[in-house]
Amino acid sequence: MSDAVSALDGRAAEPRPGLRLAECGLRGQITLRAGDLASSALVGAVEAITGVAVPEALSAGFAGDDRGAVWMAPDELLLFVPHAEVAGAVEMLEGALAGTHHMALDVSHARAVLRLEGADAAETLAKGAPLDFSEAGFPVGRARRTHLGGLAVGIWRRGPEEWELVCFRSFAHHLFAWLETSGVEGAEVGRFGV
Amino acid sequence: MLLITCPNCGADCAETELAPGGEAHLERFGPGSTDEDFAGYLFTRKNPKGVHFERWRHAFGCGKWFHAARCTVTLEVFGTYPAQVTEPPAEIVERIRARRPNWEG
Repeated sequence: MSDAVSALDGRAAEPRPGLRLAECGLRGQITLRAGDLASSALVGAVEAITGVAVPEALSAGFAGDDRGAVWMAPDELLLFVPHAEVAGAVEMLEGALAGTHHMALDVSHARAVLRLEGADAAETLAKGAPLDFSEAGFPVGRARRTHLGGLAVGIWRRGPEEWELVCFRSFAHHLFAWLETSGVEGAEVGRFGV
Repeated sequence: MLLITCPNCGADCAETELAPGGEAHLERFGPGSTDEDFAGYLFTRKNPKGVHFERWRHAFGCGKWFHAARCTVTLEVFGTYPAQVTEPPAEIVERIRARRPNWEG
């Protein structure tokens, strides 16, 4: 049996002092699609697995570092669980949603999660995505899918200076390098007034 | 740059997040129809100078299709509405008439 490794094996960098970029390592990730995200069976199962309620549209909720749920589309959630628990979590979802129109898929090894932290994180992201990254336009807890540096990504704000991004595994290196370049020392903009 | 609100997820998105899907509310003609009807369905588009109903997909977002009413001259977006309808809803038509009193659509 081969050992599972994440896309960048937890690579970390500090493009400029105070701006920290890291790949989050192995995380259990489940794409859950269902016709009705509000059904009691689904709500109960998601809460049991992730420890958070089904997030509202364009938002994310977390209960710890690698446990949470992100709203991806009107019929789609991305669930995070510790990597060791992912098989059991998918099984539990299948059981809870049996007989209803749904899909629960382990995508842990198909995606990469990056974390960007620091006062300048918002402006670093703003250079590459068509979104308002200010506190008002992108408050803590909000989640959006968009494109950044030419890639399809999901972005959510976990804290005032704490962001996470998800992308396809094979794009992880590009996204990491893009963020590192965007945040490099000397590239400060000061747009969000630190 | 167009700024359009996706009616499926409620996000205000830039044009670059969207994929255009051409003219909306086409009447489909398939097997059994006349050659003229089929050719019209395939090739003939209104291409108006002014109010236009069109299909868009929130490709880099929620991935869903929707409809938008837009002016091709000023790029004003009158509104967006769900994909599962065969004609623009009354409130969108009303909004267009308020902005374009001479519109003949």
